[in-house]
Amino acid sequence: MTPLLEVDDVDVSYGDVPALTGLTVTVAEGETLAVIGANGGGKSTLLKTVAGVLRPRRGDVRLDGESLAGVPAHRRVGRGIAMSPEGRRLFPSLSVEENLLVGAHSGRPGPWGLAAVYELFPLVAERRARPAANLSGGEQQAVAIGRALMANPRLLLLDEVSLGLAPVVVAQLYAALPRITAQGTTVLVVEQDVHQALAVADRVQCLLEGRTVLEGPAASVDMAALSAAYFGVTST
Amino acid sequence: MSWVNAVVQGILLGGLYALVAAGLSLVFGVMRIVNLAHGVLAVLAAFGAYVLGDALGLHPFLALLVVVPVMAAVGYGLQRGLLNRALGGGELAPLLVTFGLAIVLQNALLEAFSADSRRLDVGALGTASIRLGDGLTVGVFPLLAAVVGVLVIAAIGQFLARTATGRAMRATSDDRDAAALMGIDGRHLYGVATAIALGTVAIAGVFLGARSTFDPAAGGVTLIFAFEAVVIGGLGSLWGTLLGGVVLGVAQALGAAVDPAYGVLAGHLVFLVVLATRPRGLLPSAVTA
Amino acid sequence: MTATVERAASAPRVRRGGRGAWVGAGLAVVAVAVLGYLPLLTTRGTQVDLVGLFSLVVLGTMWNLLAGYGGMVSIGQQAYIGVGGYGLVYLASTVGVDPFLAVPVAAVVCALLAWPTSYLAFRLNGGYFAIGTWVIAEVVRLLVTQVDALGAGSGASLTGFAGIDPTYRIAYVYWLSLAIVVVVVGGVYLLMRSRLGLALTAIRDDPTAAGSLGVGVTRAKRVVYVAAAAGCGLAGAMIVANTLRVQPGSIFSVDYSAMMIFIVVIGGIGTIEGPIIGALVFYALQDSLADLGNWYLVVVGLVAIAVTLLAPKGLWGLTRGRVELFPTGHRVGSR
Repeated sequence: MTPLLEVDDVDVSYGDVPALTGLTVTVAEGETLAVIGANGGGKSTLLKTVAGVLRPRRGDVRLDGESLAGVPAHRRVGRGIAMSPEGRRLFPSLSVEENLLVGAHSGRPGPWGLAAVYELFPLVAERRARPAANLSGGEQQAVAIGRALMANPRLLLLDEVSLGLAPVVVAQLYAALPRITAQGTTVLVVEQDVHQALAVADRVQCLLEGRTVLEGPAASVDMAALSAAYFGVTST
Repeated sequence: MSWVNAVVQGILLGGLYALVAAGLSLVFGVMRIVNLAHGVLAVLAAFGAYVLGDALGLHPFLALLVVVPVMAAVGYGLQRGLLNRALGGGELAPLLVTFGLAIVLQNALLEAFSADSRRLDVGALGTASIRLGDGLTVGVFPLLAAVVGVLVIAAIGQFLARTATGRAMRATSDDRDAAALMGIDGRHLYGVATAIALGTVAIAGVFLGARSTFDPAAGGVTLIFAFEAVVIGGLGSLWGTLLGGVVLGVAQALGAAVDPAYGVLAGHLVFLVVLATRPRGLLPSAVTA
Repeated sequence: MTATVERAASAPRVRRGGRGAWVGAGLAVVAVAVLGYLPLLTTRGTQVDLVGLFSLVVLGTMWNLLAGYGGMVSIGQQAYIGVGGYGLVYLASTVGVDPFLAVPVAAVVCALLAWPTSYLAFRLNGGYFAIGTWVIAEVVRLLVTQVDALGAGSGASLTGFAGIDPTYRIAYVYWLSLAIVVVVVGGVYLLMRSRLGLALTAIRDDPTAAGSLGVGVTRAKRVVYVAAAAGCGLAGAMIVANTLRVQPGSIFSVDYSAMMIFIVVIGGIGTIEGPIIGALVFYALQDSLADLGNWYLVVVGLVAIAVTLLAPKGLWGLTRGRVELFPTGHRVGSR
């Protein structure tokens, strides 16, 4: 069976500085993959490449077997890729509800709508009329995830959900993830918090300097090997 | 009573200035560029209505039915073909391109229509007036022009606040890259914004052209008055722009009541005073529109 | 690998120019010498035409200083062109100052006017700054047309040269104009090689970072604005000394801004050489398209739009930096 997402032997660079080198990532339909790694490992670059913000120099990104080469970011939403970007990136002059509605711009049908998102994040429902700029970090992150869900994605990209948030808040946000995957949504999450990532993911892939240094099922990952891979210590 | 008269005339004129300014503001709000050809495009629309009247005998109001959609289409094409490319060329490129366009259009109009002043003929409507009291009469046409100006501005405001496209425009104005991640095509949306700007400036151009005379060089003052209305009112606020237009119109009318040569100068001076004392305008707004 | 280590070990040397700069300086000296000799060889008409070209060089250089180095797009420099022109006429004809002294004095007047004006204009940014400068020019024009002593709406004539034989007068004005070109172009070159030039480059590359590093962004821009006003005043005085007439409608015309922009864009923005080349091209186009009437501005405008979009570094940029006659930048090299 074709995986939903195939990132196939991709090179991405910022100018002359390579960010991803020959990276291959596959995510099966319905699966949750957590990509972890130290800062500068290429995690966010991977998500941006899948979302179409960055273009690979070499290699291909395929959704359901179809190449996304030449498909701009805004068209990828219509194909079923939605992202909650690093730093939330809410529209500050729009209200919370308007932010969510903008998420539905592509008009993809599916289970997610205002009511479903409000049910998932009751706190967001309470803040619906407020300007998005006036929310706490955790609330903003919930809106950003809800906004991505409004596109009814097949593949949800979550970038650094925990960034700058208290552990309690992070746990609350991740508690919503099973209800999202229960709808059949495939999730690719980039996370610095390794324990959080292992708790929610089916599989985990660790990047270091743009390459995969370790991958495997989240349930059976060897913590010693993982921490060695994370910090780039060669274990052999 | 002539002072009251001047104030009333100024208020009515301000509605049209604000209408020109609304398009300038919309484009600036959405893509942070100032279209220096905005004034000349208003004059182009007036010449369009003039040609239609001359060739087909169309009343300016009927000509609007042709000129507005044509100008909107021109706006969309201009944005997609020229300005979107200029946006990728740094801060100076959009200014250089739109200024170049203004000079090109103005001189092409000059060659096509000569430097003669013209006026659009609205028939009996142009001379009809309503007596409001002792010595105070209001022309029906200037009143109608002001009402149309306010209605169009209100329509732009409702469009931005209530429609999905308006919402997408505000989102793009906040953060274009994040908007792209929501499936919004910035290039298309910019085209729509410029189409609306040119459609509305076409309405303003035709009404201005029927209210008084115009010639190919009138684009400069049209741009300047719109800009003054925006700055007096406060950047980014549609209703502020309306207030700015009215303040400018009244200043010009009062100045002209003292001496016809002082009309435009009085408007400029009020603008400079506002710039010096209240640089954020009379009705500053945090929301871009 | 070893080469890299060696290179890193030896301290980098910062250098400017190189051979190109010597060639540039040599060419400039030869060009000025030849141009300076011309009045002995050419007709009065040619000299009058060349003064027109010189004024375009000065105007282009000043607009490049503003936009190319200062990042300020002005479409209102005609304010200072007009004040320079009127200043010359008023000082020479009414006050009785020697016209050749009145020219620099008029430029000083422009600078003194530009200093306070900058506080108003700098409240606006980008495109709104551009229109704001135009409004200021319009205000100056409207005020001048109210002053009867300056001839109000119909303008005034420059009578200060009355005692001089036309042949000498034209030659003197020519030499004065050539001297102004040397001062203005050389002045911008030296300005850009000074600390201020370094600050301006930093501002152009990243205004926020430059500001946080303590570069006085506003102060640097103000110096540029005032200097450009003085330069435009010199150009205005030159134009009036050449034609002996000043009229508010033409000396305050926004067409000057159009010319300046086209010259800089076509020649190459952000370089010393660009405006000079642009002025030559514009002058040649003006001459050869003279029969076309206003179509020439349509053509030049379309060319400027095309250059902005397709070759944003202009004609001089086509050399791709291989030739740099007036190097203003610094290069870090190993030897």
